[in-house]
Amino acid sequence: MELVLEGLRKAIYMLITGDPEVFRITLLTLQVSGTATLISLLIGIPLGTLLALTRFPGQRLLLSLVNTGMGLPPVVAGLWISIFLWRSGPLGSLNLLYTPTAIIIAQAVIASPIVIGLTSAAIQQINPKLRLQIKALGATRLQYLWFLLKEARFSLLAAVIAGFGAVVSEVGASMMVGGNVKGYSRVLTTATVMEVSKGNFDVAIALSAILVLLTYLTTLWLTLLQQKR
Amino acid sequence: MIKGRRIIMKKWFLVLSSIFVLLIAGCGTTTSSNSDSQAPSGTGEQPSQVQTPANPSVILATTTSTQDSGLLDELIPEFEKATGYKIKTIAVGTGQALAMGEKGEADVLLTHAPASEKKLVDSQAAVNYQLVMHNDFVLVGPPSDPAKAKGMKSPSEALKAISDSQSIFMSRGDDSGTHKKEKSLWEKVNIKPEGKWYQESGSGMGQTLNIASEKAGYTLTDRATFLSLKKNLQLEIVVEGEKSLLNIYHVMQVNPDKFPKVNADGSKAFADFMIDSKAQTIIGEFGKDKFGQPLFFPDAGKSEDQIGK
Repeated sequence: MELVLEGLRKAIYMLITGDPEVFRITLLTLQVSGTATLISLLIGIPLGTLLALTRFPGQRLLLSLVNTGMGLPPVVAGLWISIFLWRSGPLGSLNLLYTPTAIIIAQAVIASPIVIGLTSAAIQQINPKLRLQIKALGATRLQYLWFLLKEARFSLLAAVIAGFGAVVSEVGASMMVGGNVKGYSRVLTTATVMEVSKGNFDVAIALSAILVLLTYLTTLWLTLLQQKR
Repeated sequence: MIKGRRIIMKKWFLVLSSIFVLLIAGCGTTTSSNSDSQAPSGTGEQPSQVQTPANPSVILATTTSTQDSGLLDELIPEFEKATGYKIKTIAVGTGQALAMGEKGEADVLLTHAPASEKKLVDSQAAVNYQLVMHNDFVLVGPPSDPAKAKGMKSPSEALKAISDSQSIFMSRGDDSGTHKKEKSLWEKVNIKPEGKWYQESGSGMGQTLNIASEKAGYTLTDRATFLSLKKNLQLEIVVEGEKSLLNIYHVMQVNPDKFPKVNADGSKAFADFMIDSKAQTIIGEFGKDKFGQPLFFPDAGKSEDQIGK
C-alpha cells in the first residue's frame, strides 16, 4: 500500500512540477488518440449511416463483421499494420513504422468498427414511422440525413466516448507499431508497461493515475456535451 | 417550437465545436509527426557545430536488458549530442532484434547471443560485427532455496537440482539472449524442462524477475537487470561466476548493401561510437555510484576468448 501512496504522491509531484517528459508523453497520448478518434468518426459515421439505411444482399453478414470488429484485439491490429509498414512490406517506402503516425493509423483501425457499429445501431433505433413522416414532409435527402443524425446525437456521442476510450487505453498496438521510442512515440500506456518492467513501480503508478485522469476528464467533457440541456 | 429548435442548434454548435477542437489537436499531430519522420523532435537542442545528417533517424534494435538497466539512457544522449543522429530504440528480446536485422527492419543491432549473431554475420545480413562489453548471468531464486542449489559451482547442476525437486523455474520463453543461454544450460545436463514447475513468462527480463519473485521461483537473469531491480525483489543470487555464465554483447550494422533502406551512415556512426573510448568509459562507470559495482565491463578491441580472464 505504501507503494501506491508513493506512486500517487509522485503523480501529483510530476503534474505540479510539470515534468517535461511526462508532459510530452501525456500531450502525445491526447493528440494521437484524439486524432485517431476523429478519423474513426469521419470513416465511421457515414459508413454506419449507410449500413443502417440501405438494404442489400449480405448486409447482415457485413453488420456481423463490423460488430466483431468492435472487439478487434489491439495486438491483432498492431501486428497486421506492422507487417504492412515494414520496410519490406507494401507500405515500407512511407517510413511510417515507429512513428506517432503509425500509432494513429492503428488506433483509427481499432476505433472505426466501434463507431460504425454504434452509429448504425443508433440510426436503426430511430422510429421508422418518424422516418417515413420526414420523407413525406418533402425533406431533401440531405435534410433527411441531417435529421437522422440529430435524432441519434446521444448515441453518436456515446460512440465517440467508446471509440476514444478504446484507443487511449490500448497498449498492444501502440507498442508494436510505435516502438515506445523515448521522446518521440512513447505514450502513457507503453510508458507504464516499460516502467513496470524496469521495476519503477512508483513511476508506473503515477503514469497510470495520469492516464485515468486524462481519460476521465475527456469523457467528462464529452458527457457534459451529451447531457447539455 | 422555435425555442426548442434554438436549443437543438445550440447543442449542435457544441458538438461541432468539440469536433473542431479534436481536429485542431489532430492537425497538430499530423504536421508535427510528418516533420518528425524526417527529423525526430529535439534536433533543435543540439549545439550548432554539429551538422544534422541528411537522414538522421537510426533504428536500434536491442535487448530489453540494455534499456531496463538504464544504460541506454546514458549512452544515447551522448551519441545524439556528438553526431546529430536521432536513435529510435526498439527494446525487444534478442531473438526479435536479430529477426529485425535479418529482414532489414532495423539499422543497427546491440544484442547478446553470440551463437545466433554468428548466423547473421555468416549470411551477410550483418556487417561490422564488434565486441562491446560483457557482464554475466546469475541464477537467482527465493531466499528459502527449496532446491538446495545455493553455492553450487555449476549452473547446470543447480538447474538439475531445481528440476529434481520440482521447484518453480520461471523461464523467459521469448527466444531472447537470456532464454537462449538458459536453454543451452539445460542441454548440458540433458534435461528437457517441462511440467508444472517449469513456467514461461514470455516477457522481458524485468517483468520475468517480478513474476519469479511473486511466485518464489528460480530464474536466470543478467546481473545488470537483477541489480537494478533488486530493491523490489524477494530473490537472491544462487549460482554465479562460472565461465558458461558470461553474457557478451556485440554491436553490428545491418548490411546496407543487402537492404538498401538501411541508414548506412547512421548505423556505422552508432557502431563506431559504441567501441569508442568515450562510450566505453561510460559503460565501465555505469552503475558504480548506485550499486557499488559496475553493471557492464567494456571490452572493445578484445577477442571473445580474452573475456572473463
